[in-house]
Parts: sequence; C-alpha cells; structure tokens
Amino acid sequence: MEALALKLMSAVPALAGVPLWAMTLLVMVVVAVILLVFALTFGGLGSYVLRKVAGDIQVRIGPNRVGPYGLLQFLADGVKLIMKEDIIPAKADRFLFALAPYLVFVGSFAAFVVVPFGVGLIASDLNIGVYYVMAVTSLVVIGVLMAGWASNNKWALLGGMRAVAQIVSYEIPVGMALLPAVLIAGSLSLQDIVRSQGGLLGIFGWNLFHNPFTFFSFFLYFTAAQAETNQTPFDLPEAESELVSGYNVEYSGIRYAFFFLAEFGDMFVVAALASACFLGGWHVPFFRAETLPGAWGNLLSLGAFLVKAFGIVLVMMWVRWTLPRLRVDQLMRMSWKYLVPLTFVNLLGVSLWLLVFRGKGIPQLIASIF
Amino acid sequence: MEPILFIIFGAIAVGGAIMVVTRKHPMSSALYLILTLFAVAALFVLRQAHFLAAIQVIVYAGAVMVLFIFVIMLINVPENKLPMERLTGLRLLGVVAAGFLILESAILARRFAMPAGSTADAGSVQAVGRALFTDYLLAFEITSVLLLAAVIGAIALAKRKI
Amino acid sequence: MTPIAIDASAMMQGLYCILPEILIVATALFVLFVDLILPEENRRILCGVSIIGVALSLFTVFAMGPGKISGFSGAVVHDGLGAFFEIVILSACALTLLMATGYSEWEGTHKGEFYSLLLLSTSGMMFMAKGTDLMTIFLGLETLSIPIYVLVGFHRHRMSSVEGALKYFLLGAFASGFLLYGIALMYAATGTTKIAQMVPMLYDARLAASPVFLAGVGLLLVGFAFKVSLVPFHMWTPDAYEGAPTVVTAFMSAAVKAAAFAALIRVLLLTLGGLQPVLWKVLWVLSVLTMTVGNLSALVQNNVKRMLAYSSIAHAGYILVGMVSGDVLGGQASLFYLLVYAFMNIGAFGVVMLIAQKEDEGYDIDNLAGIGFKYPALAGLLTLFLVSLGGIPPTAGFVGKFYLFSAAIKHGYIWLAVIGVLNSAASIYYYLRIVVYMYFLPAKGEVPVPRPPRIAFSLALCASASVVLVLGIVPSSVLEFAERSVLSLLM
Repeated sequence: MEALALKLMSAVPALAGVPLWAMTLLVMVVVAVILLVFALTFGGLGSYVLRKVAGDIQVRIGPNRVGPYGLLQFLADGVKLIMKEDIIPAKADRFLFALAPYLVFVGSFAAFVVVPFGVGLIASDLNIGVYYVMAVTSLVVIGVLMAGWASNNKWALLGGMRAVAQIVSYEIPVGMALLPAVLIAGSLSLQDIVRSQGGLLGIFGWNLFHNPFTFFSFFLYFTAAQAETNQTPFDLPEAESELVSGYNVEYSGIRYAFFFLAEFGDMFVVAALASACFLGGWHVPFFRAETLPGAWGNLLSLGAFLVKAFGIVLVMMWVRWTLPRLRVDQLMRMSWKYLVPLTFVNLLGVSLWLLVFRGKGIPQLIASIF
Repeated sequence: MEPILFIIFGAIAVGGAIMVVTRKHPMSSALYLILTLFAVAALFVLRQAHFLAAIQVIVYAGAVMVLFIFVIMLINVPENKLPMERLTGLRLLGVVAAGFLILESAILARRFAMPAGSTADAGSVQAVGRALFTDYLLAFEITSVLLLAAVIGAIALAKRKI
Repeated sequence: MTPIAIDASAMMQGLYCILPEILIVATALFVLFVDLILPEENRRILCGVSIIGVALSLFTVFAMGPGKISGFSGAVVHDGLGAFFEIVILSACALTLLMATGYSEWEGTHKGEFYSLLLLSTSGMMFMAKGTDLMTIFLGLETLSIPIYVLVGFHRHRMSSVEGALKYFLLGAFASGFLLYGIALMYAATGTTKIAQMVPMLYDARLAASPVFLAGVGLLLVGFAFKVSLVPFHMWTPDAYEGAPTVVTAFMSAAVKAAAFAALIRVLLLTLGGLQPVLWKVLWVLSVLTMTVGNLSALVQNNVKRMLAYSSIAHAGYILVGMVSGDVLGGQASLFYLLVYAFMNIGAFGVVMLIAQKEDEGYDIDNLAGIGFKYPALAGLLTLFLVSLGGIPPTAGFVGKFYLFSAAIKHGYIWLAVIGVLNSAASIYYYLRIVVYMYFLPAKGEVPVPRPPRIAFSLALCASASVVLVLGIVPSSVLEFAERSVLSLLM
C-alpha cells in the first residue's frame, strides 16, 4: 500500500505535498471501497444468476420482470431489503443479535484482501495468504453461532449449531486439500502459488494437471468447500424444510441482506481459491499476460481470473440445484471418515511425488523428454 | 504508528480479559475471550509473526472457542439459574494483590535487560517450519503421540460402548 | 529458502537414543490394532502383548547401558539418570500390567484403550525422564498426564471414579499452565529452553537474581509439585487415588511420581549451582509441610486406598529431603528411594486389591479384620510392604530412609532430618494399624474371601516382595548405580 502511495505521489505532482501516511490511508480506503463494490455487485448479480440457473434446471423461467431478462431484479430486491422493517425479537440478546450479521459479513469480506485478481492486482499479498483466509473464516463461524444463539429461537439455535459443526468439520479437509498447491509453490502467498503455475505449458502448467494427486485434491477441495459454504447438498444449517431457514430465521431487512451477501462472498472466495490454487489463477493459457505493456497485462489477467472463478461459481450453482440434501450424520461421516483421511493420503502422495520427481509435475516431465 | 497500535490492541486484550472474568453469562465471557484472542493475534502481527497470528486465530478463535460456545449453547442454562458470584472482600483483596504483583514484576522486569530478541522473521512460516523440523523435531513428534493419547482418551470416556 | 539439510547419522543417533520410547509407543499402537481385530473373548491377549512390549523396552534400556547418548539437537539424552528412571518407570508399568491381568477381568477394564493409554502414558514418563529441553519435559508431562486423567475416570459408571478424574483433570490442567508459564518466563530470561545452555548462564549473578527467571523457576516448581503432590498442591491426590481403578492408582503412585521427580532432579541438580541459596529454603519448607500434612492426614483415614494416598503424599516429602541438599549424596538417596518406593507401594496396592472384593466399599479397613491367620501368605506380604513403607529394618524402605536422612544430616540440615524421623515414627502408627486389624481383630461376620490371584498377579507380588527384601539386605549395587546415575548427570 505504501509503495503504491509513493508511486502515486511521484507520478502526480499535485499530490507531492500530501503526507505519506495520509496518502497510504487514502489508497487503503480506495482499495477497500473497490473490493466492497465488487463484493456487493457479485452478491447482487450472483443472486440473479443463481435464480436463473435454478430456473433453467427446474424447467421454469426464473426472474424476468424487472429490466431486460429480469436483469435488474437484484436492484429491486436490494431496495426492498433496505426499506423493510428491521425486526429484533423481544427476547433476543439485542447486542449480539445486531452484531452477528456484520461479523459474518466482515469474515467473508476480509478474505477478499488476499484474492489474487490479476498481475499485481491484489489488495495485500500476505505471506500467509491461504492461512489468512482460513483464519478470517473463523469469524464467520462465530458470527453464525452468535446469530443462532442471540435469536432465542430453537430453529435458529439448531441451525447455528449445525452450521458450526459443519464449518468446523469441513475446515480441515478444505485446508488439507489446498496444501498440495502450497507445497508445489513453496509458499503460502496466493500470488506465489499462482506464479508457480505459469510457463508456456498452458493449461498443463496448472496444479490441476501437475500430478494425479493434485488432480484428485481439486475435487476433494471442491466437495469440502461446497460444504464449508453451506451449499446444497450440504445446506443443512438452513434446510428450509426442516429448520425454516436456520440461523438467520429471525433476521429481516438490512441485517438479512448482510447474511445473504456474506453467503455469496464466501462462494466467490471459495471459487477464487480454487482457481488460484488449481486452475492457474490469472494465467492466460499459452500466453504471458505479465509481459504486456501498461495496464493491459493487468486487465487481461483480471479477465482470465474472473472467467475461471465465475466458471467455478456456476458449477457450484449447478451442483446446488441438482443434488438432494444429506442427513446430518451422513454429513459428519462424510467429513471425518472419508474426506479427512482422503485429504491426508492425498497430501502424503503429493509430498512423495515432489520428493521423488524433484518438484516436477507430469507435464514438465513429459516436456523434459523432448 | 506501532506503539499506538500496540497500546490499542493491548488495551483491547486486557479489557476483554477483564470482561471475561466479570461477565455473568458464560456466553458473554466466551465472546469476550474471543475478542481477547483476536487482540493477541493482532499483537503477534505487530511483531511480524504473521504465521503465529493466523494459527492463533484458526486454533483458538476458530476451533477451541467455537467448541466452548457450542457446549454453552447445548447446555443453555436459563438466566435465572446461573450461579451467582458475589464480590466478597477477600476476592477484591485478591484482585488488588494480583494487580500489585503484576505491577511489581513489570517494574522489576524493566530493570533487567532481556536477552537480545529474536530476528525479525522469527515468526514467519519459514522460520517456524525450520525450527519445528530441526531443533524441535522431537517435541513435534511427541506432540503427535500426545494428540493420539488425547483422541484415544476422549473416545474411551465418551463413546457409548467401548 | 534453502532446504533443511538432514544429518542422517545424527538422526539415527537420535532415534537410537529414544529407542525404548519408540518401542513403547509402537506397542501402544499395536495393542489398539489388535484390539480392533480381536474377538471380544480373547481380550486377555492385549495384556500379554503390552507386557511383551514393556519387557522388550526394558531389555533395550539395559542393552543401551548407562553411556551418554544425546539426540535431536539436545532435546533428549540417554544417560545414567535417564536409564535409572526408565528402569523404575518400566518396572512399575510391568508390575501394573501383570496385576491388570487379574484386575481387568474382575472390573472390566480388558479394553484396548486401557492398555494403550497406560503405555502412552509410560512413554510420556520416559520422555520426561530423559528430556533435556524444557519443551520435551513439558510435552512428556502432558503425554503422561492426559492418559492418566482418562484412566482415573475409566470406570465411567462409578461416581467416585468420575469425580476423581474431573478433580485431577481440572487441577492438573491448571498445573500444566503454571509449568508452561514458568518455562515461558525462563525462556524470556535466557532465550533458550535447553537446560544445558541455561546452566552456564546461571553463573551470571544478574540472571540468577532476575525476578523473571526466579518467577519462572518458581512456577516450574509449582507445576512439578502438583504432579508429585507436594503439600500445598496435593488436594487432588486422595480423591483421584481413591476413585481410580486400583491398578491405575498403583501405577500413578509409583510411576508418575518417579517421572516427575526425574525431571525435577534433572532441572534442580543442574541449575542448583546458581540457585542453591534461594532454592533450598523453598524445598525445605515444602518437604517438611508435605511429610507432616501427609502423615497427619493418613492417621485418621479408614479407607485403605485413601490412607495409602496420604502416605504417598508423605513419601513425596521424604524424597524431597534428598533434594534439599542438592548434591550427589542426596540425589542418590532420592533415586534409590524412588525405586524402592515403586516396588513397595505397588505391592501394597496389589495385596489390598486382592482382598477388597469391589471398588469403593471394599477398601474399608474393617474389611481386613481377621484376614491375618486365614490367608497367611497375603497378610504376610501386606505386612512386609507396610513395614517397608514405615521404614523398619530389614526392608528396603529402611535403607532408603536411612540414606535420605543421613544425606540431610551430612549437609547440616539437622532439623529436617529430625522432622523426617519423627514423621516416620508417626507413620508407623497407621501402617501397623492395618497389621493389627489383620491379625488381632476378629472379623465382623464372615471373613471376606480374597480373589484368587492369577499366576501373573502372584508373580508381580513375589517380584515386589523380593525386591523389597533383597534391597533391604544388600542395597549396595543399586546404590552404586544410583550414585553413578547422578554423577553422569553432573559430568
């Protein structure tokens, strides 16, 4: 941030008199606002796409009234949510009830900080990137627990507890399935991980095709991540038919909107991590985007990254509307008895592979023959 | 900048800790404890120990405290059945004495030079990993035995039929 | 980032150094695995497997000898002291397992979990006895404690068992916190957790007088004091000992104490050079308090298990007498006494276990009335163990106490020795009270029929009895071994 501020100050003479800390602060705020706008837009448009996908899969039309093809539906929904009365149940714990949605939103939004949108397009390239995401996700857990408890409603409580049991259980396979990418890059920073997948091998430089174990671990990650973000077939915390709506059942108006946005934020973060760790991130196949002059490289890589991330989001929606929901015990069994051991075996496999082939993947091995 | 942040987060940590022991409802105590843990993580960040900060949040706030809250929610003692803790003179005296002890040790500790602090990157992933796999390799391995023992123990105590 | 260079020969040496521990952990895992595939009725094999593992490990310790082998960049060392305590701990574990063959059958602890927890705890103790890094010692302590908490509460249907486990766990967790905080403070003051690196720094008077370091040592002492149940930190002992399955009580009283004292001796003897002027007063007070409170409380107990619990507190006080002086003579006496104590205490618990029909009520002292002439072998054994605990010749207990108190006198702690002897005299009252009950009081109603011991059980009792007798008459070779062990530490 400071480096960017310095660059800006040297580039624009009018800014030279501004103190450095103020400039840094300004840059920080601007970046945060850009990310926030992105997250909000993604939440809005995502909900529209979700409903359209659901419509297609269920052979109906979906939203089609507001704007062309119903495109402006999300604006109407947003306005509605803001205008609605904000109800706090009489016996709720007022403070925690009010605080919970913001915590959840902050937890999911904070992860955007380390998402590598493109060449040099990252709010902060933390050297603990992957761990940072896992750490801030725990805020979501606490927020959900708070919401479920503070509502003083048994559906909300049950939903909250289910959500937490689920998130805590699936955090382990998610982390373990991401570690192969960390091992290959030798760094936890997401930019480093993306950079390790470059080169002229095209899509075969991606970690997905690095070796059989990484290929497998992508799908393990996808499954576990689907569960960690509470999506069908793992949407027990808000199973409408059992719990009405789970931990957020008592929420209305703007507070509900925050839960809603957090859910889409989580979805994007999960997809972004998948694309950064397994699908080459912002790399454009067979092309070095970082060599382009000016801002073109940044823009092209941004495009590549968003295409990949949105593609994964679409697949997640697709899965969401096609598979039936699991039972609670099946859900727990799946995590502890299948996913966790599998991810560990997988991690062992990747480590052995890296040891035996000195860090080279299958495509590199083949390429080195010629 | 750093001293200011240190004071802010240090104050949050201490204030949170005080709230933990003074709140009536266990839920509030647990939430304040989370606040304290986050503040401590922030202090780690200030010392450039990013990895430790992340681990602190993941392990304590993300796992341990969540289990605490989980249990508190499951037991869900109604407000009027919570045990009453009274502020007796002896307890007050204890707090005052503890305060003096802390103050005294802080004053005394300042008189003695601490050994040269570790290098700047002591808290980085690389440094921690290196320490774990060289100097503390045995400690690392014993920990795995310890965790295994804890798992077996938990199952032996909690499983319906063993 | 340069990759970590692995020194293969150092690694092999490290692994060789912890070979006995590796064997124990491997046995624990193997027991778990066997438990999984074995049908319910063949569970007795588990005990046999565990005993074989312990015997193998014991054999390895003897084969490795008392030579100094250090490993893992100084985190652990196999030296005379480590070998001595490993022998004590493994013998205690072997005796416990031999007794468990019968006990598990009566009380339903024939479970893979029971044996593997016992073995894992043993491995923790061994690491503790050999640890030369405070982190190793702490982790060893935790690996020792957590299985023991569970084992105390292993009888989930008995309230006293669960109560004892909970009390022990809560206080134990607190004590671990103290210990860890102490280590943290010592680290803050010296910048290292390795004892060997800490020792030379202590000759710097500024460090030896630094409040941070002293507070660290104090907290460390509190943590250890809790584990060996020294007096202000002994509150958990009677309840945990009474509630635990009796084999576990026997194991705890002997092995846990030995392991904690091993680490304490290592830390204290090495650091005492610089800290002696401050520390001996603390140890003196702790020792006197522990002996006195333990013995006085034991006087009024009517439950044999509880009485033995208080007596074990008192014995921790005696053992501490040897450490007040903080040199070879005292250390040697402490080591010898710990070895003897393990055998006589486990033996005493073993006999009581046979006579008591069931947990809780079975251990009332009235139950022993009239046993004496009806079951002379059992009563004779119990008398031998109790006489030894009381410190009456010609038993090993007498020799142990003699050396402890003479070490104190040689260093001028006359009052300490006097208080110790007075305490011993007081303790004879309650030990002999049991003997009186057995031989001279008529039984109320029917004399209870002791359980018929299995061969393994009888073997354990005979082994304990012969050790107590033999060491009472010819203690010199073991005393020499103890002396060499302490010397190996100081060299």
